[in-house]
Amino acid sequence: MKTIFLNEKELLALLASWCETFDVYAPNDGKGEDAACSVIGWGKIASKEEFYGVLPDKIAKGVHKTSIKPFFFPQPETLVTFTSDNKPCAPLANTVGQKRLILGVRPCDARSVMLNAMPYRDDPYYQANQNKTVLVGVGCNEKAITCFCEKTGGSPLGTDGLDILITTLGTGFALEALTNQGDELLGSQGAALDEALLAEFTKRRESFAADAQKANSTPSLKGKDLMSLYQSKIWQDLSQSCINCGACTFLCPTCYCFDIQDEAIRKDKGSSNACACGTGGCACDAPSVRRIRYWDSCMFPLFTKHASGHNPRGTKEHRVRNRFMHKLKYFPDRFGALSCVGCGRCIRECPVNIDIREVMTTLLAVD
Amino acid sequence: MNNVNDIITQELRAFASSLLESGEVSAFLGFAHGSLPMTTRPFVAKTPEDAQKLVWNSFCVLNLANYLPALLKSIEPPRGPKDPPPEGPLPKAGVIATGCWSRNIVVQTQENQVDRSRLVIAGVSSRGMVDRKKVLKALDGKEITKIEEKDHDLIVEADGAIKELNRWSVTRDNCQSCVHSSAVVFDHWIGPKLDDRQAPNRFKQIEDIEKMTADERWAWFSKEIETCIRCYACRNACPLCYCETCFVDDSNPQWVGKSIEKADAAIFHLLRAFHCAGRCTDCGACESACPMGIRMRLLTKKLEKDVFELFGDEAGMDASKPLTMTTYKLEDPQGFIFEPKHGQKKE
Ligand code: SF4
Ligand code: SF4
Ligand code: SF4
Ligand code: SF4
Repeated sequence: MKTIFLNEKELLALLASWCETFDVYAPNDGKGEDAACSVIGWGKIASKEEFYGVLPDKIAKGVHKTSIKPFFFPQPETLVTFTSDNKPCAPLANTVGQKRLILGVRPCDARSVMLNAMPYRDDPYYQANQNKTVLVGVGCNEKAITCFCEKTGGSPLGTDGLDILITTLGTGFALEALTNQGDELLGSQGAALDEALLAEFTKRRESFAADAQKANSTPSLKGKDLMSLYQSKIWQDLSQSCINCGACTFLCPTCYCFDIQDEAIRKDKGSSNACACGTGGCACDAPSVRRIRYWDSCMFPLFTKHASGHNPRGTKEHRVRNRFMHKLKYFPDRFGALSCVGCGRCIRECPVNIDIREVMTTLLAVD
Repeated sequence: MNNVNDIITQELRAFASSLLESGEVSAFLGFAHGSLPMTTRPFVAKTPEDAQKLVWNSFCVLNLANYLPALLKSIEPPRGPKDPPPEGPLPKAGVIATGCWSRNIVVQTQENQVDRSRLVIAGVSSRGMVDRKKVLKALDGKEITKIEEKDHDLIVEADGAIKELNRWSVTRDNCQSCVHSSAVVFDHWIGPKLDDRQAPNRFKQIEDIEKMTADERWAWFSKEIETCIRCYACRNACPLCYCETCFVDDSNPQWVGKSIEKADAAIFHLLRAFHCAGRCTDCGACESACPMGIRMRLLTKKLEKDVFELFGDEAGMDASKPLTMTTYKLEDPQGFIFEPKHGQKKE
């Protein structure tokens, strides 16, 4: 895999050239206009001015308000549609559509895509969404006060989940290809790093890796008997102020719980063509149904509620415990890594300021 | 010299700890410091030592009334679902309350959610709470690393630069249009008792929207809720929302779809707002809790205006009167039923 050096002008030209083959997305303030993929806080870009905003030295520090999770785990995702006359309906929405490329992705967010792909490894929807998406990351020159990626196994220069990582280097930018796809995209652009730049690049990489390894609390958390805390009073104290909203889990890039429902298709949901399911491609106008997968949250009262009415996570205390134990105990037990990338969104937006860093400290204090 | 917040904080700690010390209350509900600038945490003090963690500042944006029903329940002696309540009075809880929170407590007593005799209310005059989104905007979205509050100014540190902001200029919209800023029911007073602010035109925001054509209004509403992620922080921060099963969770019948598509989000917001008609005190907790900066409070403010103009009522001002929507009078206006477009006019 190559690493190349580009100046600002060359980099902007390269980004613009990608628009020819991809739908290119980047952080914005609103809702993507695009019917095929409407992600809050990420929109399609095309103009040169917009590209400035995603350069590593221009982009706002820390993470963008919303994560890239909905590109892979849309809210809602149509799993299948069917009609009252039993005719086969439109093909799965996610098997069609243009390849897309997301710019301005922080290392923590990219890592979340890789982590979520573990429980979704056999999920055709997630996999299809992942297969049609290229992630181009920007390294973090500075951390926000809510950033703690290193504690969770990541790093401000982390490469997990990315196809290309762009970082500032010397008077320009280093572009590091991390997958074959990334390598191809860089093509024959730019020059390889010269000796001095290569030395700086390697040194920086090594020092970040060493810092990240030191700060990573995954091994120590995994060494603790966290189940001994299952009945502890800490959950009661922690959950007292929680209002059980979904702000934390919905903004979290690594929360991936869902529920499924069938819905009669309403005309307003689709495009303006005759196809009622809105996926396009078919021309039926029979009453139809879509089966959607939509976000659920362990904070919500319906989460894990049984048909009998019983809910094993029926109280606020149980819900809060589930959120943290899932991220810091159950997921690591099954998949090795924490289900948290340290992006800090949940800390930033929690209306009652529940801070996962403090929870980690509490858990680490156990014998 | 101590500023107002320090005075209130000191008095609050002393009062809460004396109540806890004497055993008059088993718990005292207030706010503690948060881990980030401009955040606070609703906090229940159970001992006089805990009470020293209580704080008062301009970032106490949630409505404490929201916690009272569950808090009162949690301090009752444990008993099985079929056991009768214990003899004698149940333990009490203390709480600090501004104008709007105290009015929500009144609504909760009117709706039998809270037993007033089990509360010790520490009344306070609110000087308006700060909208952290306005502060962020005033600093061009820079990350705020530190904030120091003076009586009339905020000293904000963002990305190394220091900026002084006039505190009132960044208070919340609901606080700027508030006319009942001091607690209306209380057992004890904390800090200076200030005259209620007289907002020059409390319904200005709503009048501006009313002036729009129907199409413009729809466009405004659609844009406003466009980025709603349906996290329900607005609903859950609200002391009026206590149904066992919320309409959004009902599946039989299913009132509203589950996605964040426009139709679903719109129905959620409209229904939520209407459930608050005649009960909302414009405390602004919903808007402050929203992670996406949606101003859903404008919907409930419109209902507040209608209830005020049509029936002359303001929620939570008088516990002895029934709530507006639970009663009727023969002379109640009804023109709006037959002529919807005149609905805004007073008969
Ligand atoms: S958490 Fe780490 S990777 Fe994410 S934005 Fe902050 S510094 Fe960058
Ligand atoms: S739990 Fe919080 S810090 Fe961790 S990934 Fe989710 S939002 Fe980010
Ligand atoms: S609707 Fe909003 S403003 Fe009204 S009482 Fe509820 S939280 Fe307060
Ligand atoms: S708090 Fe904001 S984002 Fe969440 S449901 Fe309410 S309006 Fe939507």
